[in-house]
Amino acid sequence: MSEEILLHARGLTKTFGDFTAVDGIDFAVRKGECFGFLGPNGAGKSSTMRMVGCVSPVTRGELRLFGLDPATDGPAIRARLGSCPQRDTLDEELTVEENLWIYGRYFGLSRKEARARAAELLEFAQLTERARDKVEPLSGGMKRRLTIARSLINSPEILLLDEPTTGLDPQARHVLWDRLFRLKRSGVTLVLTTHYMDEAEQLFDRLVVMDHGSIVAQGSPRELIGAHATREVLELRFDAEDHSELAPLVEGVGKRVEVLPDRLLVYADDGDEASAQVHARGVEPLSSLVRRSTLEDVFLTLTGRTLVD
Amino acid sequence: MSSTLRAPGARLSRALPMPAGAGLARMLVERNVTSFRHGWIALATGFAEPVFYLFSLGIGIGALVHSVRTDSGLAVTYPQFVAPALLAASAMNGAVFDSTFNVFFKLKYARLYDAVLATPMGPRDIAVGEITWSLMRGGLYSAAFLVVALLAGAVRSWWALLALPAAVFIGFAFAAVGMFATTFMRSWVDFDYVTLAIQPMFLFSATFFPLSTYPGALQWLVQLTPLYHGVALERALMLGDTGWGVLGHVGYLVVLGSVGVVGAARRLDSLLLS
Repeated sequence: MSEEILLHARGLTKTFGDFTAVDGIDFAVRKGECFGFLGPNGAGKSSTMRMVGCVSPVTRGELRLFGLDPATDGPAIRARLGSCPQRDTLDEELTVEENLWIYGRYFGLSRKEARARAAELLEFAQLTERARDKVEPLSGGMKRRLTIARSLINSPEILLLDEPTTGLDPQARHVLWDRLFRLKRSGVTLVLTTHYMDEAEQLFDRLVVMDHGSIVAQGSPRELIGAHATREVLELRFDAEDHSELAPLVEGVGKRVEVLPDRLLVYADDGDEASAQVHARGVEPLSSLVRRSTLEDVFLTLTGRTLVD
Repeated sequence: MSSTLRAPGARLSRALPMPAGAGLARMLVERNVTSFRHGWIALATGFAEPVFYLFSLGIGIGALVHSVRTDSGLAVTYPQFVAPALLAASAMNGAVFDSTFNVFFKLKYARLYDAVLATPMGPRDIAVGEITWSLMRGGLYSAAFLVVALLAGAVRSWWALLALPAAVFIGFAFAAVGMFATTFMRSWVDFDYVTLAIQPMFLFSATFFPLSTYPGALQWLVQLTPLYHGVALERALMLGDTGWGVLGHVGYLVVLGSVGVVGAARRLDSLLLS
């Protein structure tokens, strides 16, 4: 991966009236990497993405893409970006292939170029057979693939994807991940948001964890887990209304205990040993499960809340 | 070279409230043309409306009313009297509908502009593109209506050739004001105000009967409304009854259009970019 910085923000802030959606964040994205924003709904991920996409004016702070300022060079920057918004904004009055041609024309491509590019991207999105269909009857996964294909019409250097897999079934998500891996291998820099931790772990080279408009941690998935969580987690479920009452029973086991509404999480480097300790105390959970720590645990440790409520 | 070329443009855009754009407005027109190839029925209805009015009123009421004296004292048949007014009114209706309902729908529901603004295109390209497309369609309808009016014997003068550009001009003035109004719209409920403004104008702008029919005070009120000037302009041209007064009507519409363009330009960024 190159060290060249394609995109950086310093003190980036977005306010809507009295509400601060993004509160002075700093980050930098290197050429060729897959960079992610992880956080729950309302953390400020989408507002950040819209500023990076040069469609939402920066309230305060510095934002530079390719060394250019969105405030003065918006069109020049957008010409080099691909943008895949959270909600599909496909043109429902046009067919699948027209969606691609016309989008290419918005970038100023010639008709010939736009058509050639569209044909390639229909292949890429596995939609060649649906080229002449209207957009509306396509499945959710197909629409998403078409939206991504459309965002590639100008051969962008940076592709922005705001929660690309939200609302897709597992199979469609895996097809999409496969497409994103291919793009990354071909040298496209990816900037994504997600609230799926497994997605973040699989795709992201580096990520920032956002909460309430601020960045609470950043690094690679491995670094973050190493820094903010133990190697393993023991999950205990009890037949109880309120799991917080049960927390004292396992206090002192492992490094830390986290209480969730439906279970207790015991953070320990050796989950099986922690489980044995719990049983030795005569505590009988309905079920106990040992698993590896994930980014979800990092988020829980940092914010005290889960990613998806 | 580009910096020397750009400098006057930049100065101009600072002096005028000009929303950002990339000179790609024609691409949005191309998009609308492509979309309309699928929905030709919508194109047909836009043409049918004034023609239906012409036949129902012109022929129907024309059978009862043999002759009308215009405000300039000319005696004409009822179809000749009403056809120019229908041309002006349909130019207004089409332009207002496109710049308010259609733009609002594309903005809030189809989210078309969200996708467009992620490309190099900017708010100005969207405004120019939508208004251009609206005027192209309006021009097509007006031309077709003029042919029908000619066949129906409602055209009396070669001046009527200017009725087409005049209709496009009327459309432009109303589209600009309509887009300005749309920048204030919060929900569909606000569109009742549009209907509230358009409907009385359609009925009472000396459209279906001469200004002299109204009592004195109301005549002043009618003359203040923009459609009155559109109707008077088209009537002068299609009846060949031109005079210096025509320039007054043109002037009114130029002012209206300018207010719309400047106002919409000032507010368009805030409408489209949040």
